[in-house]
Amino acid sequence: MKEVRKEEQQGLYRREFEHDNCGIGAVVNIKGKKTHETVANALRIVEHLEHRAGKDAEGETGDGVGILLQISHKFFKKACKKEGFEIGGEREYGIAQLFFPQHEIRRAQAKKMFEIILEKEDLKLLGWRTVPVFPEVLGSKARECMPCIMQAFIQKPQDVEAGISFDRKLYIARREFEQSNDNTYVVSMSSRTIVYKGMFLVGQLRTFFADLQNRDYESAIAMVHSRFSTNTNPSWERAHPNRFIVHNGEINTIRGNADKMLAREENMESPYLKGELHKVLPVVNRNGSDSAMLDNTLEFLVMSGMDLPLAVMITIPEPWAYNDTISQEKRDFYQYYATMMEPWDGPASILFSDGDVMGAVLDRNGLRPSRYYITSDGYMILSSEVGVLPVPEENIVLKERLHPGKILLVDTVQGKVIDDDELKEKYAKAQPYGEWLNSNLVRLKDIKIPNVRVEEYTEEQRARLQKAFGYTYEQYRTSIRNMALNGTESIGAMGTDTPLAVLSREHRPLFDYFKQLFAQVTNPPIDAIREEIVTSTSVYAGKDGNLLVQQPENCRVLKILHPILTNTDMLKIKNLKQDGLRSAVVSTLYYKSTRLERAIDRLFVEVDKVFREGANILVLSDRGVDENHMAIPSLLAVSAVHQHLVKTKKSTSLAIIVESGEPREVHHFAALLGYGASAVNPYLAQETIRELIDNHMLDKDYYAAVEDYNHAVLSGIVKIASKMGISTIQSYQGSQIFEAVGISKEVIDKYFTGTVSRVGGITLADIEENVEKLHSEAFDPLGLNTDLTLDSVGAHKMRSQGEEHRYNPRTIHLLQQSAKCGSYEMFKEYTKLVDEENHGSLRGLMDFVYAENPVPLDEVESVEEIVKRFKTGAMSYGSISQEAHETLAIAMNHLHGKSNTGEGGESEERIASSGSENDRCSAIKQVASGRFGVTSRYLVSAKEIQIKMAQGAKPGEGGHLPAKKVYPWVAKTRHSTPGVSLISPPPHHDIYSIEDLAQLIYDLKNANKFADISVKLVSEAGVGTVAAGVAKAGAQTILISGYDGGTGAAPRSSIHNAGLPWELGLSETHQTLLKNGLRSRVRIETDGKLMSGRDVAIAALLGAEEFGFATAPLVTMGCVMMRVCNLDTCPVGVATQNPELRKRFRGKPEYVENFMKFIAEELREYMARLGVRTVDEMVGRSDLLRAAENVDEPHIGKVDLGAILDNPYAGKAQKVTFDPRAVYNFELEKTLDEKILLKKCAQAVSGRTRVELNVEVTNTDRTFGTILGAEITRQIPAGLPEDSIVINCKGAGGQSFGAFIPKGLTLRLTGDSNDYFGKGLSGGKLIVKIPEKAGYKAEENIIVGNVALYGATSGTAFINGVAGERFAVRNSGACAVVEGVGEHGCEYMTGGRVVVLGKTGKNFAAGMSGGIAYVLDAENMLYRNINKAMISIEQVENKYDRQELRNLIEAHVEATGSEIGKKILDNFAYYLPHFKKLIPDEYKRMLTLSAKLEEKGLTGEQAQMEAFYESIGVKH
Amino acid sequence: MGKPTGFLEYKRENAKVLAPKVRIADFHEFRLPLSREKQRLQGARCMACGVPFCQSGTMIAGMTSGCPLHNLVPETNDLVYTGNWKQAYLRLCKTHSFPEFTSRVCPALCEAACTCNLDGEPVATKENERAIIETAFAEGWVKPQKPKVRTGKTVAVIGSGPAGLAAAQELNRRGHTVTVYERSDRPGGLLRYGIPNMKLEKSVVDRRIRLMEEEGVEFKVKTDVGKDIKAEELLKIYDRVLLTCGASAPRDIKVPGRDAKGIWFAVDFLGTVTRSLLDSDFAKVPYELARGKNVLVIGGGDTGNDCVGTVIRLGAKSVKQLEMMPEPPVERAEDNPWPQWPRVLKTDYGQEEAIAVFGKDPRVYQTTVTEFIADKKGNICKAKTVRLKRKRDEKTGRMLMVPVEGTEKVIPAELVLIAAGFLGSQKYVTDAFQVAVNERANVDTALDGYATSVPRVFAAGDMRRGQSLVVWAIREGREAARAVDESLMGYTNL
Repeated sequence: MKEVRKEEQQGLYRREFEHDNCGIGAVVNIKGKKTHETVANALRIVEHLEHRAGKDAEGETGDGVGILLQISHKFFKKACKKEGFEIGGEREYGIAQLFFPQHEIRRAQAKKMFEIILEKEDLKLLGWRTVPVFPEVLGSKARECMPCIMQAFIQKPQDVEAGISFDRKLYIARREFEQSNDNTYVVSMSSRTIVYKGMFLVGQLRTFFADLQNRDYESAIAMVHSRFSTNTNPSWERAHPNRFIVHNGEINTIRGNADKMLAREENMESPYLKGELHKVLPVVNRNGSDSAMLDNTLEFLVMSGMDLPLAVMITIPEPWAYNDTISQEKRDFYQYYATMMEPWDGPASILFSDGDVMGAVLDRNGLRPSRYYITSDGYMILSSEVGVLPVPEENIVLKERLHPGKILLVDTVQGKVIDDDELKEKYAKAQPYGEWLNSNLVRLKDIKIPNVRVEEYTEEQRARLQKAFGYTYEQYRTSIRNMALNGTESIGAMGTDTPLAVLSREHRPLFDYFKQLFAQVTNPPIDAIREEIVTSTSVYAGKDGNLLVQQPENCRVLKILHPILTNTDMLKIKNLKQDGLRSAVVSTLYYKSTRLERAIDRLFVEVDKVFREGANILVLSDRGVDENHMAIPSLLAVSAVHQHLVKTKKSTSLAIIVESGEPREVHHFAALLGYGASAVNPYLAQETIRELIDNHMLDKDYYAAVEDYNHAVLSGIVKIASKMGISTIQSYQGSQIFEAVGISKEVIDKYFTGTVSRVGGITLADIEENVEKLHSEAFDPLGLNTDLTLDSVGAHKMRSQGEEHRYNPRTIHLLQQSAKCGSYEMFKEYTKLVDEENHGSLRGLMDFVYAENPVPLDEVESVEEIVKRFKTGAMSYGSISQEAHETLAIAMNHLHGKSNTGEGGESEERIASSGSENDRCSAIKQVASGRFGVTSRYLVSAKEIQIKMAQGAKPGEGGHLPAKKVYPWVAKTRHSTPGVSLISPPPHHDIYSIEDLAQLIYDLKNANKFADISVKLVSEAGVGTVAAGVAKAGAQTILISGYDGGTGAAPRSSIHNAGLPWELGLSETHQTLLKNGLRSRVRIETDGKLMSGRDVAIAALLGAEEFGFATAPLVTMGCVMMRVCNLDTCPVGVATQNPELRKRFRGKPEYVENFMKFIAEELREYMARLGVRTVDEMVGRSDLLRAAENVDEPHIGKVDLGAILDNPYAGKAQKVTFDPRAVYNFELEKTLDEKILLKKCAQAVSGRTRVELNVEVTNTDRTFGTILGAEITRQIPAGLPEDSIVINCKGAGGQSFGAFIPKGLTLRLTGDSNDYFGKGLSGGKLIVKIPEKAGYKAEENIIVGNVALYGATSGTAFINGVAGERFAVRNSGACAVVEGVGEHGCEYMTGGRVVVLGKTGKNFAAGMSGGIAYVLDAENMLYRNINKAMISIEQVENKYDRQELRNLIEAHVEATGSEIGKKILDNFAYYLPHFKKLIPDEYKRMLTLSAKLEEKGLTGEQAQMEAFYESIGVKH
Repeated sequence: MGKPTGFLEYKRENAKVLAPKVRIADFHEFRLPLSREKQRLQGARCMACGVPFCQSGTMIAGMTSGCPLHNLVPETNDLVYTGNWKQAYLRLCKTHSFPEFTSRVCPALCEAACTCNLDGEPVATKENERAIIETAFAEGWVKPQKPKVRTGKTVAVIGSGPAGLAAAQELNRRGHTVTVYERSDRPGGLLRYGIPNMKLEKSVVDRRIRLMEEEGVEFKVKTDVGKDIKAEELLKIYDRVLLTCGASAPRDIKVPGRDAKGIWFAVDFLGTVTRSLLDSDFAKVPYELARGKNVLVIGGGDTGNDCVGTVIRLGAKSVKQLEMMPEPPVERAEDNPWPQWPRVLKTDYGQEEAIAVFGKDPRVYQTTVTEFIADKKGNICKAKTVRLKRKRDEKTGRMLMVPVEGTEKVIPAELVLIAAGFLGSQKYVTDAFQVAVNERANVDTALDGYATSVPRVFAAGDMRRGQSLVVWAIREGREAARAVDESLMGYTNL
């Protein structure tokens, strides 16, 4: 296993980038009765989750499947007897399940070592058993690395109690063995549980292990797991279950959690491991996956005496800070533990078991599906999906799901199910936590301000400090001022075109070298605004308590609610005089002549000193910069000290608080927190706010301004964290979620340990030089006059005296003129300028290796062929004008390239123009998280359907189209209301993991089987492994976007600091796909400021086959990089909807076509010189590139392109370009749609007859009805008359049941259904009802899964039961009746009607800007669960409303026979007052306005237009 | 920054000017600035471009587009809009030494390149600049900035035109001891005598000179370096010498009869007028130079226009202005798009005045003089002109203007002013320092540098660059100061 690792560090791939997601399941006999049925059923579950399991390109090796069982005494007694030894009574022995090397001698050594360690631990080995297996069932890859699987049986010593005490002994022995032996893996080692797992396809788990097939194998508990990994690297041990858990999801904060866990070793002491702790350490194994590390931690806590459910509760707490539905005791309990343990944050559905209890918990966001049944014969059956195990309906007593943040526990010893409330109350009341907190926890806000003055500066001092810390005018005037004024970050537009920090001639702060990472595909970003309820910004400073012993002094720490500190906060901290809380200030200043390295070493000495003296809060301060004192860059100081504390295991005993003049922008603070600071006091930024006020540039009270600034910073950090799916600052702190670009290995290894930095870069000496240079500009070494005004560097908006911009007056002018005049010579002048190396990109540092024998130009592939590979970027209609949008489409259709709709939908007229003279139909239809206008028709019209996972300018973020930009024509294509703002959520709510993405790809392929499915990713560390996962999930094209692209509006900190250059992401993707044998399955496309033939040639050589352009075509159409796209004031009519400005649009399709042709022509010239004839020949030929010499770039010699250019997987015999034969097989021919529906409905589809038929469905029949629906749309675009085709289904509907079905198609399901029910409903009708013989009440039971009706645009749905979380999210026109919903119901909804005849979960109607919801609120509790930010609650009084409600309920009863529906109709007058009408304020205002105007005699359309103008206050 | 919708809401508004017939009564400036309130709205029209072409000062299609000083136009416009005049002044002075000069005489490259100019009228940046600097003077914010520390290094600046003044100001503020040499009687060079008073009021020049003197700059006038004082001497006294003597060798019209009396180089003529006015505190106007004469101005540029305005004020009987090139179009030609410098017909103040007084435009295009004809006393009385047409030179491919046969004409002219541009630096200065010059008689320096071929001697401005704009001269002066500072100290913080 070691050899494998070495190879994996070549190129850009890193093992730690790997991700996995999965399907899970469990079967438990509640009474603890052991049966083989339990085992067999659990195996059946996993076999039905095939679509949630990954496999390699050949489809014969799986990513991993496994099962955790109780040790079956009945089975092992016999099995061991056969081996010739006795094992004694039940629980009198433990079993170690071991992966040993196949190599005989090495195996013998390992066995020997195992035996020695047992002996040393006074444990007796009873015997060895080789586990009987059938390797022939495996795929070749799995077989090649198959370990020898053995079991060791260990006798329980007499003096040790059975159960946990014995397990603890085994644990100690195991940890010793693990650390003494590195080519083995202990799968499990316990007296209660055993794990069987390996690299299987789902069916192979059963067939591989003979033990599992044996009828004697009985267990009351069985947990199964199928893994979907992003890659196909051979690994048996990465399969689940781990020793205690199976995990579906991903821990986003794992680095910080692991660091803190390791540091905590110093603070933890348990009587249970007294004297033995050293054998166990380190607590977590850094080489393991996130799940394995969590498992390590839980195991350690349990072995230290903590109950397993308690350990789970404190690592994955429910959101409690803003939750007013939980008791004070619970809140105190959580608060107590929060002082010692940060949440392990991320999507997680975790099943855990110690052999006695089996439990399940869901993360605070409820991001993974987990459904369960309880049956009348005493079983609990839990799984990612329903329908995986057929259970007679009459036996089911409860159908439920796990709720976000909640725990469910089955105690098989006591024989009962314990619910969340009962369990948590028990732990919450175990100790007087409230009392302990009251007397120990110190809250910063409660400390009295000491009688000391805050240091103030004179105007000149301030100016000098600003200079010394490198402030720019842009930061002063735009960043800081806007934050202090508005309390939010500044928005920018049009991406970035400036050099990477390492290649810049400006003095860029160290922060600029760090790029924020973000979640894509394998876990979702979250929406910290609309789902604020799950977030928390509190941090704790002080020495962490002993987690393992419950005692009052544990919570003696300082609680800081707001980690951006004011100067008075800082005074409080510096003067802290409390028992157990002591702060000490250590200066980060150093003398001008000192070397930086020595200064940092001295800093360590100082830190150690204050630690010895008893400080537990460390203030790193750079106050006092003057003529001879310079400051260590704050990020360097913080990270160096943090790493020092981690290495010396002090990091949980000494909290770092930074007092620095340097941080001023959101990204700076995020980096400081991310690298270990607990809180930051930006004293100079706050002084600068004072200056702005003094200078009359900010008309505001100083304290209010500082508060708003701090608030802007904090919400910016929360947003950065939420891009990674992290919801609490406490877990973000120290999690190092950054990649460095341009920092040398030495600096990284020493001071930023563990950060990915792949191209080398600046050394400590360079950092030092930068500090000195800035310092001398502030304090002239001779005391001479210097210019103390702030420099205009033009980091975002250009300034000629500052940073280089690739789009500058000369290049913009030449590009426009050449495209307009069709002059290739002028275009060459343009490319000469844009290709100048001082633009500071990685590709600028590359040179071509030209062929000795060039190819004649006329033998090179033609321009006409090459342009077919070109695409324009995804820019929505709405972000750019109709004129601009259509010009692009016309141009690309002429060229047979592809234009992209972006996420704003496309009008019917344009779709209809397809194939005509004036073809304005975009070939690529984008599907983004907002799903605006994603209808059946839209999808059917696509040549390529692109799933946007992230966008270059703001990866991991959603969007917000302000009301004033939602012009009537924009609203129409987006299926929304004019003048009402639109929100695109950060994640796709149907993609929280890789297998979810596989499902969406499958859905879209069903929705249009002729279209290619493409997935758009943004370059970041690890994008290659994500891409491999995407390829496994069935995508045909993968787009790797560079960070610098992006034409829309985005927060400036995201534009400049999130994501990486495409050079890195593209190469990593190409390399990783090759490594995994997946390269030929997909096309790779790239985009991100592709501006010349040279750019395209390099992209091709690094592995791209297709190329996207956005900014450049916009420039040819007139864009002058005004960067005001967000303001609707584009003066050239490109990025605006304002009719006056649109008149100024001067673009023509020819200009765009000229540009594309010129790029192709120039590419041909490079091809000729490189000696290649076709683009295919050059793809991936990174050997034709080399590092450029004699380039005039700063730090050029230090940047090492080796990892990009030396592809370790090149030259092996495999195809390096897309091969249509290797394309993923969706096996659509096996779907019920193809097998039955299309055949039986052929007549009806074309509208000639009506048809009704019956079918049986199960959970593997995914995306049912969609192919049929697509066929209807293809034939009759407007749909069929209602109920033209009615399909009656029975059973469990698979995921995406009825997705995108159009008008005229009705699916009636009797049974239940899974996630994404009715996704994208486009006019069809969906009915789901409980079977007649059901033994439970419909309104109390879950009938459809999470995220039902996501992105529905029209149609109806009647749901006879409760739906899961996020019901009708982004619904824009469908009408639905449901009998209860989970959390976040109707989120981001913009249209349609939803009637809820039962309970709603928390955060209902968050971000809802349109449509109406009627909710039955029988207990008047609804107000607690509503997110009131955008809506009002009203009574249903209006007669139209009453009628509408009644009609909908009547239709519901008619369709489903709903009991509750009948009851309501029978007593309508009684129930009516209990209904609440929820209507968004903006929406209501617009409806009222247009209604008023219509009364005046305007037509509907006119009224809408007038109302819109009136609402935005424009006379026209 | 600025007001995002300002360009849609407000119209461009310029300062009012006195009517031509009124203003020609004297030699004073005739612009009546907008109120500060109104000027603020002109600031609001700025779009705060992502790529501000206005401040780029870059060569596009062979011409400068945008401000060579890289004035922070979006920033100052914003501060004008928000009424933050003092901050606006500080921002303006960060890049600019003498806004009071350019805001009067600059052709406003910033406005030509303004994005608002793409579809509408440009932001009134030039008048905003004038408002900023005049407000600053009026409010007393413009104070002498004396260096706190002196470096003990000395620098001689030869020539007190805009380049010399800019360099002197920078170097002095940095702490070097600077002496400016001027051959004329008053400092200012071209600013003083090359530009007539109505365009740049000389009190504005004096105001700046006074400030510089208070800051510690020493001016030595009436000292012609190379004549009155030798180069070697200067190099002995000073650590560095910076040559900023302009491109003051005028281009002559070498045709028969050139030696007739009454034919002036324009700069000499304009200087004579200005000197006379200054010497008499505007009491004595030298009408005798032009009153009652038919005046022929040769050259269609800014200086030619200045001549037209000047002779009208002096009571000329008629005035004609000859221009060799064809009449430019009224609107931008297809091949001359924004943000290129617009080659369009621009009627300047002198021409406006000529139209008002004589009823017609003084400009005659595609015409040149072939002979000057003197009367018996040797005074010029007539000039022979000829029409020109475009012709491509077969050898070089360049466009030439060649005479059209049979179009000769004789016109009366008792005063001829040659405003046909300048040839380069004057030889006696470059000879004195023995600095290398290029084929256009400009001092040869490193491509992006200011050091000449002679150690410790630097050159900047028109003398290095060739005839150009005041704004270029200031830029050169500032950059040269940086080069001089670096060569003196080993580093520079300028």
